[in-house]
Amino acid sequence: MNKPSIRNNKLCAIMCSLLALLAVSTSAAGASEGALHQANVNVRDTAAAQRGAQLFVNYCFSCHSAQYMRYNRLAEDLDLGEELVMEHLVFADAKIGDTMDIAMRPQDAVTWLGKVPPDLSLIARSRTTDWLYTYFMSFYRDESGSWNNLLLPNAAMPHVFWQLQGIQEPVYAEHDGRRLVEHLELAEPGTQTPEEYEQSMRDLVTFLAYLSEPAQIKRRNVGIWVMLFLALFALLAWLLKAEYWRDVH
Amino acid sequence: MAKPASNIARSGNAFMNWIDERLPVSAFWEATMTGYYAPKNFNFWYYMGSLALLVLVIQILTGIFLTMHYKPSAAEAFASVEYIMRDVEWGWLIRYLHSTGASFFFILVYLHMFRSFLYGSHRTPRELVWIFGMLIYLALMAEAFMGYVLPWGQMSYWGAQVIINLFGAIPAIGEPLTEWIRGDYFISDATLNRFFALHVVALPLAILGLVLLHLVALRENGSNNPDGIEIKANKDENGIPKDGIPFHPYYTVKDIFGVAMFLLVFVFVIFFWPEAGGLFLEHDNFVPADPLVTPTHIKPVWYFTPYYAILKAVPDKLIGVILMFAAVGILFFLPWLDRSPVKSIRYKGLWYKIMLFLFAIAFVRLGMLGMSEGTPAQTIEMRVWTFVYFGFFVLLYFLSPRAKTKPVPDRVTH
Repeated sequence: MNKPSIRNNKLCAIMCSLLALLAVSTSAAGASEGALHQANVNVRDTAAAQRGAQLFVNYCFSCHSAQYMRYNRLAEDLDLGEELVMEHLVFADAKIGDTMDIAMRPQDAVTWLGKVPPDLSLIARSRTTDWLYTYFMSFYRDESGSWNNLLLPNAAMPHVFWQLQGIQEPVYAEHDGRRLVEHLELAEPGTQTPEEYEQSMRDLVTFLAYLSEPAQIKRRNVGIWVMLFLALFALLAWLLKAEYWRDVH
Repeated sequence: MAKPASNIARSGNAFMNWIDERLPVSAFWEATMTGYYAPKNFNFWYYMGSLALLVLVIQILTGIFLTMHYKPSAAEAFASVEYIMRDVEWGWLIRYLHSTGASFFFILVYLHMFRSFLYGSHRTPRELVWIFGMLIYLALMAEAFMGYVLPWGQMSYWGAQVIINLFGAIPAIGEPLTEWIRGDYFISDATLNRFFALHVVALPLAILGLVLLHLVALRENGSNNPDGIEIKANKDENGIPKDGIPFHPYYTVKDIFGVAMFLLVFVFVIFFWPEAGGLFLEHDNFVPADPLVTPTHIKPVWYFTPYYAILKAVPDKLIGVILMFAAVGILFFLPWLDRSPVKSIRYKGLWYKIMLFLFAIAFVRLGMLGMSEGTPAQTIEMRVWTFVYFGFFVLLYFLSPRAKTKPVPDRVTH
């Protein structure tokens, strides 16, 4: 009675692998939508996250809050020390245990900026790091002289990093009779070279990634030990099972 | 020792004797574990039930700790989840266990159900095991749907909006029914509060009760097996099935190994891939619910998308809703749709293998298409697979009594 079941198993295996193949091929096809730059951030790179935190406080934090992030958590996770954080990162009269709120009231934001700038606590999780990095690379000055963004057309946010990056201008190309931006060209250099600017934005996105889930470094560290424990447990469980099942024929 | 000794094998343990005279613990243990004989030829597919039970326990335990910190109010819900993720000690782990557990529950339940398609576990005399299982599945879908609303993100809000509005397609009572479900004219604080009550009290109680019935009905006739034959038809002189082995210790130690292997995968996702690329935790759900901003692409979580694709495949909303519910409802009738003289796929012949293969592909593809934006080409594909999905049951009904089968062995094979 062995032969039919072996054949069955083979058929099963073939069918299962076909299913898996189907799943992989379609998900790969789905991933090609929109060409985002790779952010390649490593949240464990504390130095990058520290530089990103500096950029965040200097360039983002006057308009964007991080209402779920506490200063003291930041001090601890990024090896900054509470004095340094109080001195360089905390504006106004906030205390070290407070969350990173901003002074601008929402109704003022609407009057001044047209909309309330989103809170950035979770922006790396809702937008993804690749999206954020691409966004920071895609600002340009359009023909009317105002800021625009290739990734998010007519973005409400101006190019706050223009002094660092310089000014990009679009190069157009004709596609089916429509004039589309083909790529961006640096028209006026900024204080940073393109490579330095890319690194700065990577640092910033690293910080935003950390900000979206401060527990993630601990999560991965703990995870390795849990996996090792379970691997050992699985081995012992297998030996136990094999021992008990020796007399089952 | 006032009472006469029962027929239970008495241990020498005075404490257990004292207990057994007041509560039949040993008798219960013997009836359901050491004296319960299960077929010795269980394979990979027979791990799913015990693992689903494990995940149910994980969900209940982590759920209890989440309710200690979660705030079921539209104003505070989103922030309280982030509070759990950031400020509660190990809160992130409890939350990821729960959110990942929800998805794994469905993975296990789908595999568990597929096992039945393979080996005919729903066939006589186990129809009620299947029916209770289906009721668990329904309760689980309601539980998962309401749980997904609780974090009060954009996808929580708009997903709930879309799904509750489906009931609006019902003629005459549709609109009042949706208002009754929401407790308001739109998804609001009232909706969140009642979903919380149902998610943490009503539905878990229902699921636990149904799981109990599922297990009692299973123990009545014992498990089916990959050969689809009754082991009780072949007993030795002591009345013990020749192909049976006591559930404890054989399947308890085997299931412990299954638990270890499952946890390796489960824990890997929790610690290294908790969003599962946006499948288990969707990107849009990290944005607080905003009734004024509709997300560009609303879709339910992956475990509902096969049915969602069937809904989207049909241009008429009411017919779409009917077909979607029929796709779940038809599963209840599976024990009576399969009229083959044999239970297991091993003895059914090629026709069933091909049909089941197509059915499985239809379910997976519909699941993927249900997540897509729904281009015209995708809509056509959804229609094809919807046709295949229902076609499986129709063909099964008509082909199964006629198709040629292979000879079924008397004893289980290895």
